[in-house]
Amino acid sequence: MRQKLVIIGNGMAPGRMLEHLFELAPDLYEITIFNAEPRVNYDRIMLSPVLSGEKTFEDIVIHGDGWYIRNGITLYKGHRITAIDRAARTVTSDQGATAAYDRLIIATGSVPFILPVPGADLKGVISYRDLDDVDAMLLAAQSRETAVVIGGGLLGLEAAAGLKARGMDVTVLHVMPSLMERQLDPAAGYLLQRSLEARGIKVMTRAKTQALLPDAQGKVRAVALQDGTEVPATLVVMAAGIRPNAALGRLAGLEVNRGIVVDAHMRSSDPSIYSLGECAEVGGQVYGLVAPLYEMARVLAGELAREVTGAEPAPFVHQDTPTKLKVTGIDLFSVGDFADGDDREEIVLRDASAGIYKRLILKDNRIIGSVLFGDTGDAAWFTDLKKKATDVTDLRDTLIFGQAYQGGAALDPTAAVAALADDAEICGCNGVCKGTIVSAITAKGLTTLEEVRAHTKASASCGSCTGLVEKVMQLTLGDRFQAQAVKPMCGCTTHSHDDVRRLIKAKQLKSIPAVMQELGWSSSGGCAKCRPALNYYLVADWPGEYEDDYQSRFINERVHANIQKDGTYSVVPRMWGGMTSAAELRAIADVVDKFAIPAVKVTGGQRIDMLGVKKEDLPAVWEDLGKAGFVSGHAYAKGLRTVKTCVGSDWCRFGTQDSTGLGIRLEKFLWGSWTPAKVKLAVSGCPRNCAEATCKDVGVICVDSGFEIHFAGAAGLDIKGTDVLGLVPSEDEAVETITALIQMYREQGHYLERIYKWAKRIGHDEVRRQIMDDRDRRRAYFDRFVQSQAFAQTDPWSERVSGKDKHEFRPMAVLGLEAAE
Amino acid sequence: MNAMTRDWIEIGLLTDIPKEGARVVKTPAGCVALFRTGEDEVFALDDRCPHKGGPLSQGIVHGRFVTCPLHNWVFDLATGLAQGADEGAVATTPARVEGGRVYLARSVLARRAADD
Ligand SMILES: Cc1cc2nc3c(=O)[nH]c(=O)nc-3n(C[C@H](O)[C@H](O)[C@H](O)COP(=O)(O)OP(=O)(O)OC[C@H]3O[C@@H](n4cnc5c(N)ncnc54)[C@H](O)[C@@H]3O)c2cc1C
Ligand code: SF4
Ligand code: SF4
Ligand code: FES
Repeated sequence: MRQKLVIIGNGMAPGRMLEHLFELAPDLYEITIFNAEPRVNYDRIMLSPVLSGEKTFEDIVIHGDGWYIRNGITLYKGHRITAIDRAARTVTSDQGATAAYDRLIIATGSVPFILPVPGADLKGVISYRDLDDVDAMLLAAQSRETAVVIGGGLLGLEAAAGLKARGMDVTVLHVMPSLMERQLDPAAGYLLQRSLEARGIKVMTRAKTQALLPDAQGKVRAVALQDGTEVPATLVVMAAGIRPNAALGRLAGLEVNRGIVVDAHMRSSDPSIYSLGECAEVGGQVYGLVAPLYEMARVLAGELAREVTGAEPAPFVHQDTPTKLKVTGIDLFSVGDFADGDDREEIVLRDASAGIYKRLILKDNRIIGSVLFGDTGDAAWFTDLKKKATDVTDLRDTLIFGQAYQGGAALDPTAAVAALADDAEICGCNGVCKGTIVSAITAKGLTTLEEVRAHTKASASCGSCTGLVEKVMQLTLGDRFQAQAVKPMCGCTTHSHDDVRRLIKAKQLKSIPAVMQELGWSSSGGCAKCRPALNYYLVADWPGEYEDDYQSRFINERVHANIQKDGTYSVVPRMWGGMTSAAELRAIADVVDKFAIPAVKVTGGQRIDMLGVKKEDLPAVWEDLGKAGFVSGHAYAKGLRTVKTCVGSDWCRFGTQDSTGLGIRLEKFLWGSWTPAKVKLAVSGCPRNCAEATCKDVGVICVDSGFEIHFAGAAGLDIKGTDVLGLVPSEDEAVETITALIQMYREQGHYLERIYKWAKRIGHDEVRRQIMDDRDRRRAYFDRFVQSQAFAQTDPWSERVSGKDKHEFRPMAVLGLEAAE
Repeated sequence: MNAMTRDWIEIGLLTDIPKEGARVVKTPAGCVALFRTGEDEVFALDDRCPHKGGPLSQGIVHGRFVTCPLHNWVFDLATGLAQGADEGAVATTPARVEGGRVYLARSVLARRAADD
């Protein structure tokens, strides 16, 4: 008599298992399947195309009714198993059917995670797991009203795209700062958000759902967020995650952790019961993508067929599974580990205008992760290299271009670029294509990167395409082109920024001419690139000794205002921590009237900007502002610009600390000393982060237990969330820590390099080590900053009101026509 | 001396202009920038960049060059010609230093405003 095999659940995992089993041992078992869903096995992954209308349910059926009949399987559709009697070896369904087993397989998949918020059980609130959910969404979509999807992961975004395609107005609420944060790095998450928004899907990140609100009929009408926002919705799709459906295992007394615990051969704690799929936990892991489930299916089929094959199947081993988003028109792929780390290197290719972002993460010359956006053609190849842990040293130069560019024996890093068409865009910022660069090189006889930049603007903006431009040059010039090993500071020297900074200290160079002389500058007076950089390095390294060379400063820092396109200036007075008063506002209004200032604007840093001031008027404007107590806001400085704050515990019901006070204290303490590039801070009174502290150079998030210090954020040409530096218990320590961080940056940063770039270059962990772990060093940095401040904290405006640099603001002579006589 | 007064207009002292800096002279036809190099040479150029009108007097002076403050074009102070890949020229006016005083050629008054 054949053994009885009973399977609970008819999803993708057991379906695949049976296919293998029938190959290995077609007649070994008499098979019975119970499935709570009233249907055959279908491709759950493809529900999204059904939702969006690109496919029908018939298209995604894996095993039709005929398959069950042909294989002699008894399938109970719409039967949910409610009890397992391990002693009697039987299972019983909610419809009263009972079946005996010799071997039992539990394959009950997952259940959607429903947020435990009020209103989660309202009408109009559904999850996204099976065909019934899709049908419910399609019904709701007929109204063409508003849908909210809670959860910006794979499921949520697919639901959102599908609903949008069906004509609904869709908003995605995601609790984390960037979409699909578990699969994507923030850069790709950002691109993804942009392309969803371009399709008319609204995305709200850091959106924490507090409750679902009912209308009079008890149907959902809106989602209430913790910050008080209400997002209207007639349909709410909860896609906030899944949980292994291990309830039956628990009920039956099997060992259950997150999922039903099985060994590498899918055996549970009861020798006649197996489990596979999302409900199973192997080696401490549970899975939510089909690739590992299919691997489980292979193992279990081999296990069940053992008495026929006589062989033990290879055990299940963990593999990272790639993620792809199945939204038509959005190509996105990620696999493996893509966190930053000291022992990792990365290769990045960005093409902003084409919407392409590729990032490979290497460790010991092996790919350990990749994120591809916009062009996922090489996903398979990268995954393969990763899986096989191939040493990519020899491929490195061309790796990011993908497999097509990998030649046979000799690897040519220019082959990729050679293969590009003439109209392929090389520089995204400036829209320069390959053909333009090639013809400029030939027509004008260019041989250096600087020349190519000057003539074509290629790689002259963000510089991320520099490598490509150099390859185009190499192709066009052949041996005449020599890529430089170190990137010199500018055309006047062969030394890099790092070299120059090192030599200034080592050789005790204390003036610009001394640097130029000792380090062999090739130009007489430097250029507009190296002069300000050298001036900064000398100011920072020899405080009190070196005298600032004003003529080496950019005009804004010479006249303490920002030059505008028409040669007029803008004036921004300091408003400590963004606080102001009626008297201050009145003084500003008076100045605006008196000097007929054409535009007044509120800035992103919580200041007021007066635009269009004539240069001659600057000292008089400052004088009037000074009388009202204003000092320069340094809106022009490579130094501390602004400390943005929220109202914190003074006013806000959520505030945990006096964020405004801390912001003012930081601003008063830190203003003055020059830094490599501008520095912007923010202090938020609680994690709701109203001051947007997590995209600043340095940010503080107040919490009950103290002050969480963040650093290395960016929100300009690049977008980057901050990293946490550490948590400190007191305000004093927060000030000391932040000051030390800024001093470290002052001593190590390249001129014009923002904190996030500097920190990336030297490693975030290194910063933490020096500032958080090494108290003595932190203190030493702090003391050096204080020393520098002794020479730097003078208000430049009042100095100029009292006559300093008069010549800057007055013409040397005014010639009238009478002089012609 | 006579020739001096007829063809040259005295503007002021050399020391009125910062080394590696510039001052502005207003004329009926627009502003002229008077540059002083590190070697105490003086040059006069229209204070208007041919690119987008930036005030060259506000730029950084290096060697015998000035870099426009708006978009970094570089001009030769002696010839007024844009350097590198940029094409354009600024009108120059003869200038001279004698006895610590700076003089501009009288022709500065006859010149036409750049293009305003
Ligand atoms: C919309 C969507 C898109 C997805 N996209 C992807 C993707 O792109 N890539 C990818 O790899 N994965 C994707 N997944 C995940 C993938 O579909 C699942 O990992 C896979 O289907 C899980 O298979 P399973 O057999 O473990 O469970 P399931 O397929 O969930 O099957 C479990 C079955 O058991 C039944 N059941 C539960 N309890 C009982 C009970 N007590 N008695 C009887 N029957 C019961 C359920 O009704 C269900 O039919 C997606 C999932 C969804 C919902
Ligand atoms: S960040 Fe500040 S303003 Fe915003 S909720 Fe928290 S304490 Fe209130
Ligand atoms: S984003 Fe900034 S740099 Fe760009 S135009 Fe606006 S003000 Fe100018
Ligand atoms: S205006 Fe002078 S460089 Fe643009």
